[in-house]
Amino acid sequence: MVSLSINGMLVKVPQGTTILDAAKKLNFRIPTLCQHDDLCVAGNCRVCVVEQLGGRSLLAACATPVSSGMQILTNSLKVRAARKHVIELLLSEHNADCTKCYKNGNCELQDLSNEFSVGDHLLLDLTETKEYTIDRFSPSIIKDDSKCIRCQRCVRTCEQLQGVNALTVAYKGEHQKISTFEELSMAEVICTNCGQCINRCPTGALVERTYLDEVWDAILDPEKHVVVQTAPAVRVGLGEELGFEPGERVTGKMVAALKRLGFDSVLDTDFSADLTIMEEGTELLTRLKRALVDKDPSVALPMTTSCSPGWIKFIEHTFPEYLPNVSTCKSPQQMFGALAKTYFAQVRKLDPKNIVSVSIMPCTAKKYEANRPEMRSSGYKDVDYVLTTRELAKMIKQAGVEFRKLKEDKYDSIMGKSTGAGVIFGATGGVMEAALRTAYEIITGREVPFEGLNITPVRGMEGVRLASIKIEECKEEWSFLNGVELKCAVAHGLVNARELMNRVKSGDLIVHFIEVMACPGGCLGGGGQPIPTNEKIRKKRTEAIYAEDMSMELRKSHENPEVIGIYKEFLGEPLSHKSHELLHTHYTERVRY
Amino acid sequence: MKDKHVKRVDLIFEKIECRDVLEKIIDMEPDAICQEILESDLKGRGGAGFPTGMKWRFGSQEESSIKYIVCNADEGEPGTFKDREILDQVPGKVFCGMAIAARAVGAKAGYVYLRGEYKFLIPKLNEELAKFHRTMDEFNQNFRIQVRLGSGAYICGEESALFESIEGKRGEPRNKPPYPTTSGLFGKPTIINNVETLVYTVMIMKYGASHFKELGTKDSRGSKVFSVSGDTPKAGIFELELGMSVNEFVEEFGDGDTKAVQVGGASGFCVPRKRFEETIIGFEGVPTGGSMKLFNSTRSMYNVLHNYLDFFTEESCGQCTPCRVGCQQLLKGVEAVKRGDKNSKYLDELVKLAKTMKRASKCGLGQSVGNAFGSIVENFKEEIIY
Amino acid sequence: METIIENELVRELANKHGRTRESLIPILQDLVVQYRFLSKKDMVDVARELDISAADVFGTATFYTFLDTEVRGKYIIRICKTISCAMKGKNEILSTIEDILKIKLGETSSDRKFSLLEANCIGWCHKAPAMLINDTPYTELTPEKVTEILREYIKIQ
Repeated sequence: MVSLSINGMLVKVPQGTTILDAAKKLNFRIPTLCQHDDLCVAGNCRVCVVEQLGGRSLLAACATPVSSGMQILTNSLKVRAARKHVIELLLSEHNADCTKCYKNGNCELQDLSNEFSVGDHLLLDLTETKEYTIDRFSPSIIKDDSKCIRCQRCVRTCEQLQGVNALTVAYKGEHQKISTFEELSMAEVICTNCGQCINRCPTGALVERTYLDEVWDAILDPEKHVVVQTAPAVRVGLGEELGFEPGERVTGKMVAALKRLGFDSVLDTDFSADLTIMEEGTELLTRLKRALVDKDPSVALPMTTSCSPGWIKFIEHTFPEYLPNVSTCKSPQQMFGALAKTYFAQVRKLDPKNIVSVSIMPCTAKKYEANRPEMRSSGYKDVDYVLTTRELAKMIKQAGVEFRKLKEDKYDSIMGKSTGAGVIFGATGGVMEAALRTAYEIITGREVPFEGLNITPVRGMEGVRLASIKIEECKEEWSFLNGVELKCAVAHGLVNARELMNRVKSGDLIVHFIEVMACPGGCLGGGGQPIPTNEKIRKKRTEAIYAEDMSMELRKSHENPEVIGIYKEFLGEPLSHKSHELLHTHYTERVRY
Repeated sequence: MKDKHVKRVDLIFEKIECRDVLEKIIDMEPDAICQEILESDLKGRGGAGFPTGMKWRFGSQEESSIKYIVCNADEGEPGTFKDREILDQVPGKVFCGMAIAARAVGAKAGYVYLRGEYKFLIPKLNEELAKFHRTMDEFNQNFRIQVRLGSGAYICGEESALFESIEGKRGEPRNKPPYPTTSGLFGKPTIINNVETLVYTVMIMKYGASHFKELGTKDSRGSKVFSVSGDTPKAGIFELELGMSVNEFVEEFGDGDTKAVQVGGASGFCVPRKRFEETIIGFEGVPTGGSMKLFNSTRSMYNVLHNYLDFFTEESCGQCTPCRVGCQQLLKGVEAVKRGDKNSKYLDELVKLAKTMKRASKCGLGQSVGNAFGSIVENFKEEIIY
Repeated sequence: METIIENELVRELANKHGRTRESLIPILQDLVVQYRFLSKKDMVDVARELDISAADVFGTATFYTFLDTEVRGKYIIRICKTISCAMKGKNEILSTIEDILKIKLGETSSDRKFSLLEANCIGWCHKAPAMLINDTPYTELTPEKVTEILREYIKIQ
């Protein structure tokens, strides 16, 4: 333990603690910009500088470990002067057109300049001489260099959490900037559209491309029937944007709000998550059968999940040789979209050309996914607009809906019913767990041998998790699986996905089934979720997801009555011809570098 | 007592047989080498002036099977060119110094990081290096050196930026601590010394600490190689005993009309005529990596300052706010004052800003921009404004 | 399928310098020796050899003044613009070169033989003004001397 004093108060902290964290213990908040709990220390914004008595220069609190006997001042004259200067300097390079900024009201730089009252700052405006560009080509992410403060959080996110490295710091000195390869558009490079950079950008330099106006236009067009689907993770995140604490579930209020906003049918992606399990589970079992019984060497195993569009784009770029291993199932969003303009239209007697299909997603990559050319199997664009959780919160505010006071409401039917298995898609390991709950039961006729159906080994926050389940006493048609130990791997965060795939590639890891979610924590930590994010918040959302699961009447996808119904009335059976037409897709190899 | 004028010394460029020194140190205990260097009071000749013996001792105390010796030959400070001359004249002594450091701390690998602008030296260095490695073989020593080239980035002279560059990355300085002796190149304990420092260690091992210590003053022992340029009839490289005043220096090197001397390059201090007498060149006064630039009365100090600020604006690595934006503000700020767009009071604001840069920047570059800025603005305010 | 056209030089350089991150700058330096600048394709090929992202290659290259990512001529003239050279007539040298080569500062001649750039201090202050043509320093320049030097370069086919 090291003892030191901060602002005259003594504190003891373990060796290696930063001044920032030591100060936190004494309830002194030191302002930061480049620092982020999920990322390694950078120490480059310098807004956290503090004074060490007797020291020549100020110290970056985020980057400096404590030492014994240190006397630190966090608010001395020198510190105040330097901090104000740093903020003024950042503002002088920054397009501070706050009222027109998408991040107005949720900007760390704005908060700091407000805190330090730098209203009439004296420095020269440097923005006029800079040739800042705005990249609006990506369907998911807008990169506006004029708002960038070069904290490099996005670069560190792209590298350390995602292992993608689509973003880099380029040039030096006054020309230093955050760039892609050759300053290409985000749409032209290896960006996976995961949006994790957006979640960590302190300003408005990286934001989602918004489709709010298009959605409002559709809602307010009497000709259109606007269908909305909500992803599992939205219900455990939306509240944070509307005054609730992280981890508070707002499913019923959200449904009520969507109805008030004027959506004609408020439906649930959880339904198509259940459907995904039926298709993907069957696909896995079919692959296993072909491998084990037919001894077909062309079967690609391990099979990987395909719900995460960030993962899909990543594997298309990074491990294209493994594309045959990716389940051909569309993501729940796209299954839903394809059915909305076919099955739903048929049942509700609607002309599909008048249906506008909107999805609310915790994700920015879903915006890209909806725009993929192959996502038109209904004969129309299957999902017209994708909004993030943040955008939905904005709509609710725009419409003046008093969210907190809303009475809980229920999803419409059809395609509104779901099970706990669909809900847990929102957490890392959830698809695996949902698939196992169903597959095990199909094979053996018995429930998975875990208490309360909670397959805890696949849950958690570890980057890569391995689990196996021994299959015994199978039903007759599955007897070839008797004694097989089904091996599974789960990864979240693309840096972990890369590690997992490298292990598979090297032969070091042999598994049957892999779940990958591009974002840390799974969809609940997605790039479209409320800002800020950190592990603590993600854990709260995870608890909420599992609590939602526990609260559901049904917990297994194959028991979803609407899923049973759609097979009976429309699809036939999993992997049927019609399923293949509407619910399955193919992938495209892309450049790795 | 020494005479009241500059005194030439010939240690650095003295042609010696490095073999003899190597043979001697190979038999010495590592700690004895550190002790000898410590006793000499040698301070780093790159500009920062950290005691070399202390650095080596810290390095020797680290537990690690891998340690590195790095020779900082990224001489980029405007007005400094002595390392080029040393590498050109006595490259064997530089490698010898690295071998001494390697022996002192227990390192097996060394790097010379040579600035890209000096690439023309490579053939000569390689030839000398082959000779050096043959000698090491003869003595059964496994210390090996490789030469790495910079590619045009002043900041890579900053030690941690230099490590980043050798590691194949952008030359962005790291947070300190940890210091290089704990975690340097590739995260291993590393001794990084300037070219000239390494050569002095050779001479100290040859002649003994006391010989070196006889020269100079209490705070600035020994001699130093100066790079003299600007308005002087005697531009060039001179090894001089430390301890002289700027006045003594100007008497020797000035053109009779010297109004200011920039000591230590763009990141050093500007000494005006009225301070020549009282200012000692050395760690007790104005420290320098060797750059001495003289300006006579025909020169506009605005132009000098502008030139320096332009340099820093381009050569800042750009990662930390005070340095990246501060340099631009100082540059654009003095232009605005000169044009009359900002009144003279704005200069005071800029001086305050330069102070923040000095206190809050991440590395030595940003921290020293304020040196030239403060000293030129303070002493030549009229020239900046009018 | 992505069709990869073999880049022999890049492969050769990776064989020579290695495929770890620390090999990146030596490889880029050698490419610049060969082509005078780093093309988009070469950067991608280097990324492939080292298995790092192309953005990383680009970000690293653009940090270093001598690792140009813009097309440059066979002979890159870098005139020192720092204080001593500025004091000793750098501008006159610059305009002399501009006149002879018919290109402006920052430009490359249409035959891609010469590029004219400025450099920060190149370490020849006592012999100012100075310049580099590729790796070779030229010092104590005068308009006459620089004319003479360029004449020799122009002669080279």
